[in-house]
Amino acid sequence: MDISDFYDTFFEEADELLADMERLLLDLDVDDPDSEELNAIFRAAHSIKGGAGTFGFTVLQETTHRLENLLDHTRRGELTLRRDIVDTFLETKDMLHDQLDAYRNGDEPDAAAFERICRVLQQMALDELGQQEGAATAPPPQPAAPAAEEPAVAASSQEASSEAGESDSAVRLVITLLGVDEQDRHLLIEELGHFGEIGEHAGDTERYRIELKSAESQTDIEAVLCFIIEAEQLVIESVNDAPAAAESTPADSAQAASSSETAKASAAGSEGQAESQTVASAAAPATQEKAAAPAKEAKAKPAKNAKGSESSTIRVPVDKVDQIINLVGELIITQSMLEQTANDMDIVSHGPLVNGMNLLQRNARDLQESVMSIRMMPMDYVFSRFPRLVRDLADKLGKDVELVTEGKSTELDKSLIERIMDPLTHLVRNSLDHGLESPEKRQAAGKPTTGRLTLSAQHQGGNILIEVIDDGAGLNRERILAKARSNGLTVSDSMSDDDVWQMIFAPGFSTADQVSDVSGRGVGMDVVKRNIQEMGGHVEILSRTGQGTTTRIVLPLTLAILDGMSIRCGKETFLLPLNAVLESLQPVADDIYSMAGNDQLLKVRDEYLPIITLHQALDVQGAKTQVTEAIAVIVQGEGRRYALMVDDLVGQQQVVVKNLETNYRKVPGISAATILGDGSVALILDIADLHRLDRRKAQQRQENQRQLSPEVSPA
Amino acid sequence: MTTQASAAASVTDAASSEYLVFSLGEEEYAVDILKVQEIRGYENVTRIANVPAFIKGVTNLRGVIVPIIDLRLKFNLENVEYGGQTVVIVVNVADRIVGIVVDGVSDVMSLTQEQIKPAPEFGVTLSSDYLNGIGSLDDRMLVLVDIEKLLTHEEMQLVEHTAASA
Repeated sequence: MDISDFYDTFFEEADELLADMERLLLDLDVDDPDSEELNAIFRAAHSIKGGAGTFGFTVLQETTHRLENLLDHTRRGELTLRRDIVDTFLETKDMLHDQLDAYRNGDEPDAAAFERICRVLQQMALDELGQQEGAATAPPPQPAAPAAEEPAVAASSQEASSEAGESDSAVRLVITLLGVDEQDRHLLIEELGHFGEIGEHAGDTERYRIELKSAESQTDIEAVLCFIIEAEQLVIESVNDAPAAAESTPADSAQAASSSETAKASAAGSEGQAESQTVASAAAPATQEKAAAPAKEAKAKPAKNAKGSESSTIRVPVDKVDQIINLVGELIITQSMLEQTANDMDIVSHGPLVNGMNLLQRNARDLQESVMSIRMMPMDYVFSRFPRLVRDLADKLGKDVELVTEGKSTELDKSLIERIMDPLTHLVRNSLDHGLESPEKRQAAGKPTTGRLTLSAQHQGGNILIEVIDDGAGLNRERILAKARSNGLTVSDSMSDDDVWQMIFAPGFSTADQVSDVSGRGVGMDVVKRNIQEMGGHVEILSRTGQGTTTRIVLPLTLAILDGMSIRCGKETFLLPLNAVLESLQPVADDIYSMAGNDQLLKVRDEYLPIITLHQALDVQGAKTQVTEAIAVIVQGEGRRYALMVDDLVGQQQVVVKNLETNYRKVPGISAATILGDGSVALILDIADLHRLDRRKAQQRQENQRQLSPEVSPA
Repeated sequence: MTTQASAAASVTDAASSEYLVFSLGEEEYAVDILKVQEIRGYENVTRIANVPAFIKGVTNLRGVIVPIIDLRLKFNLENVEYGGQTVVIVVNVADRIVGIVVDGVSDVMSLTQEQIKPAPEFGVTLSSDYLNGIGSLDDRMLVLVDIEKLLTHEEMQLVEHTAASA
């Protein structure tokens, strides 16, 4: 898979995050902001930044980075919110959206707009915090002289307009806003203030007239204003009260046109000049329209592209898909019921019916398959995103890293795949940044200089386990405790390691000495934990000093498909996860050994496996009680092997895992349930838990026997 | 949540509320009709091991796995039989769907506040905690079961204990 396959996913995610950010910003109470909301806005910005970094969208990454810095200050209460600050944040959000659209259409985002927003954010940081951030990357703010501000990278038409600014021939423009409400109008006037001097302005919502004295070209002004309103809502005319100005303006704009077009166009420019000399006032808008025309054309193109790409995917709420899956399941069951009835009929007299049934069967199966495939995706979809990220980060951090992925084909519900992406990205970044040491340190510690980062996925015990394993330095207990104390958390030195590791999930917790743009801001783990919990799972950390850290994400199987082996015991059917089944065999009496009286072991190729008798563990009536009559299925759970005694093997089938806890509760020895072809429910066995259950019941039986025996022996 | 729901129920009780009447042996019981999702036959129930006898198992309700509880066993009734007349009332309580097995469903009754008498302080198998009261209708006596409280109680082992305490 190519990384560009994931662009769309990122765009969709970023779109959602931006929408969330906007909603939160709009809901925000400026005087008394909710810290939870501020955190949420910050996290949204952080996630976009992370994604943009992964895909190499530098402009987007840089813009979000600046926004994030400000948001971080806000979140920590160092920057007091005001209405206009929120407005700026919203404006930045709009800008991010434009940048995103540009990337989506395969273009570079507008460099001028990027420079402008960076300046605005930087200015805000300066004004509000008295600190200068990233001064090296952007020119110092000079809001008083907008013409001089224009960056060198700007388009040639802008060069022309800055020339106009230098020649001090500011044009008086009349901007008419059509159907713009008060709020937007306020924004627009503020925006226009950046371009020059605002003169008289008056009017109503339908028609509002603003006079502006500015050296900027109309195209630029229009382009900026179009971030807020539609182009149709805007009419810009230049008014020339002095003939001298009239002469110079068209000439300038003609120049602008000529510099952006070919020599032929320059002829048109001189034409415009000629015109302007004769009919000065009328010619000015005409030539300027010409200058604006190419810009408009350029704009129209990406808009078309955007429409073309929109139809490739469709986002549907998960519960709608769930409902379809359930209904299709019901349809299949009804179909097999009908089929049984039809099979009993005479094929000669009911030919068409039987044919129809066959057709129905095929269509129903196809339908089921396609519906199922909507939701399921291999973990490869997630994992293949990382090689690039790991490589780039490793280069940046000066570390040698080898990435290993395991269990790529493990299928996971699409909704989980989408939601696991962000947490996993955070974890990988953390492992690279803080976990793995530099080659020198590794060598000093006697480890191979190349660090190893493993991503693995597997189904286990009714859960999906996703692990991020590094062989780095491990977590530093002392530093976490010290950091926790300085953050005002209550800690004690006697806390268990597990409790200490859990603390890194607290909001705002980071043990990194430096805030880098990779990680170390402390939001990462906070986001990870929250996301995983929202998915109904949990995160565990195993760490050993000097040997590395394993972060394990455990997700419940909400709708994972399971390859199962159906088995029979008595009259009941159960399912075993196929990946837990190693082999099956008919045991002979010689291979069965008993230990300490009651425990039985089965010898399989020089290995002694504990026997679990299914009918005893689950109280199945009418099962084969003689071990030699039954079939031994060699299974593994939690890394250990057992011999599970069952009556019969029925077959192999793919089933949809249904959670028992939705309406009921956890059942010992059972991980989940599924619905079989006949519509009945079958339980999926949890090997390790079944073994524990079997042992518990064996102990109970022993105790009961002991209680009974004194009564029996005297008699 | 439980208290809110019952508070809301008692407000509507002031006027009149509708109850679904069902029978367990010779006795007549009733549950708030708003808690009832549907009524279906007793079939295809998969047994679950190591649970109390009154939990019959789980069944497939259009793709949803639903636990089935036999109130007759819970209330220690004799002559528990499963036949064509055995009915499962599917109720929706505490965000869960649960099926309860009864001997039959007779009708839907509208009871006014005056017709509902407080539940007497008796009951070894059925504590008055689980009752909304006794409905008296001519010469019939209906035991109004607070199905939500009954099913979410720890004793039923239907929900995890943390959820039961909520």
